[in-house]
Amino acid sequence: MTFEEIVAFLDNKANGKSSVIEGKTVILVSPENWSEISSILKNESKLNFDYLMCISAYDKGDNKVYGAAYNFYSTVNSHYLEVWVEVEDGTSIPSVAELWKAADWHEREAYDMMGIKFEGHPDLRRILLSDDWEGYPLRKNYKEPDYYHGLPVPKDKSYWD
Amino acid sequence: MEANLIDKSVIETGEMVLNMGPQHPSTHGVLRLKIHTDGEVVSKIEPIIGYLHRCFEKHCEKLSYEQIVPFTDRCDYLASMHMDHAYSIAVERLLDIELPGRVEYIRVIIAELQRIASHLVAVGTFGLDVGAITPFTWTIRDRERVLDLFETLCGARLLYNYIWPGGVSHDLPPKFIERTLDFLDYFDPQIDELNNLLTTNKIFIERTADVGILPPEVGINFGVSGPSLRGSGVNFDLRKNEPYSIYSKFDFDVPLGRGEMGTIGDTWDRYYVRVLEMRESAKIIRQACAQLPDGDVHAALPKKIRPNAGEVYGRYESARGDVGFYIMSNGKNIPMRLKMRSPAFCNLSVLSEISEGWMISDVIAILGSLDIVLGEIDR
Repeated sequence: MTFEEIVAFLDNKANGKSSVIEGKTVILVSPENWSEISSILKNESKLNFDYLMCISAYDKGDNKVYGAAYNFYSTVNSHYLEVWVEVEDGTSIPSVAELWKAADWHEREAYDMMGIKFEGHPDLRRILLSDDWEGYPLRKNYKEPDYYHGLPVPKDKSYWD
Repeated sequence: MEANLIDKSVIETGEMVLNMGPQHPSTHGVLRLKIHTDGEVVSKIEPIIGYLHRCFEKHCEKLSYEQIVPFTDRCDYLASMHMDHAYSIAVERLLDIELPGRVEYIRVIIAELQRIASHLVAVGTFGLDVGAITPFTWTIRDRERVLDLFETLCGARLLYNYIWPGGVSHDLPPKFIERTLDFLDYFDPQIDELNNLLTTNKIFIERTADVGILPPEVGINFGVSGPSLRGSGVNFDLRKNEPYSIYSKFDFDVPLGRGEMGTIGDTWDRYYVRVLEMRESAKIIRQACAQLPDGDVHAALPKKIRPNAGEVYGRYESARGDVGFYIMSNGKNIPMRLKMRSPAFCNLSVLSEISEGWMISDVIAILGSLDIVLGEIDR
């Protein structure tokens, strides 16, 4: 299916619950509708997105809205889809780890790096950083800490220039 | 009368948690496994990763597109060329540039040589994991020849910085093609020797066949890719299904696990798919060497990479599986966000699922058959 056909199919199944971002082949879904849309993507045999390739958390730079970009692929129908789910800081996105087990670790990574919370995730902990790490490093407004466990963090960056 | 020497009420029969790693030779790097066991039977594994986290993605937000290539090298240090190639393909798609034919052929030759080198390490260390020492020395010896070729190519033996967005750093050195063909002539019989020594070895089959079966639908659900997924009989290879670069021009097969020694998707199948893939890679290299056109390798190299605002998700079939580079550009010369989809990261996440019910010694075999590289998992 082409992108237009997928969009038309989604409009038919769940009207008004997803929108196309202008100028991109990306679907934007709000967190309230994401659990419904995600189960349509997975379970409808015409779409059959069985392979979740990647979840990339992103920061738009306004310190307010964070998003997760889901890249799907269907091994049966060989088509792709990219979905963005954007949330304001403090609210959460429904987890899709039940539908795609691959989402389990990817959502943990998004939480670890960008601080996006996933509601209903079986085990939402930090995955790459240590459990006592403060802050979310991939946010644009992240400041490197001065001390880590009492040890000063070297900040001299003259050798970079 | 039998004396009751043991007071059974004080023997604990509950679950025991066994820690393995992070410093352990069988975890292929700094990986820690928390193994929940009942007796010696594994009930659950919690992999704890991140010991090698080098903030790759954060660094990328401060570096220009050209400067990222040495960093991608260091992600998967056993298949650096694949990482560079994957990244370059994603950036080229963002820039929408056409490459000279010679560059594409050089890249394919190099990528397939790299696949042979990477699979040789995978196969050798897998043997080592289950107790076969000799095959490791043999595969490392053969890999050395590939590294020698790469050394003549770009001076480096492990981290190459060779494939750049828009081209390659140098043209092929003189006699590179002859040396490559010499290597292939030498290498083909070596696979037969490896099969005699390890693949069909009775003890090896006892240890690996029917162990750690990965059903295809579970593999797809967990996002497993590459030889680990093809070992379960799923015919999915990006070089064949969605040919990038010039792979559509070559004639090669996609080896699949067929359950010859046990069940489809067991550790032996995952191992043997890698052995067969080396033969297919050799086949591709021979064809590419025969067709290699002349030309300038720097023709398409952009002076400054400044893509238009937009996103791209580039997929690539590396030695470990499906590498993805998700790049968000806002029109500047540094990416706004760069996310790397690491195949070994997803492959490792299935470990707990397929190890359940097996012994601890089998977990070592299963982990070895997944062929993880921690540099790529932790980024």
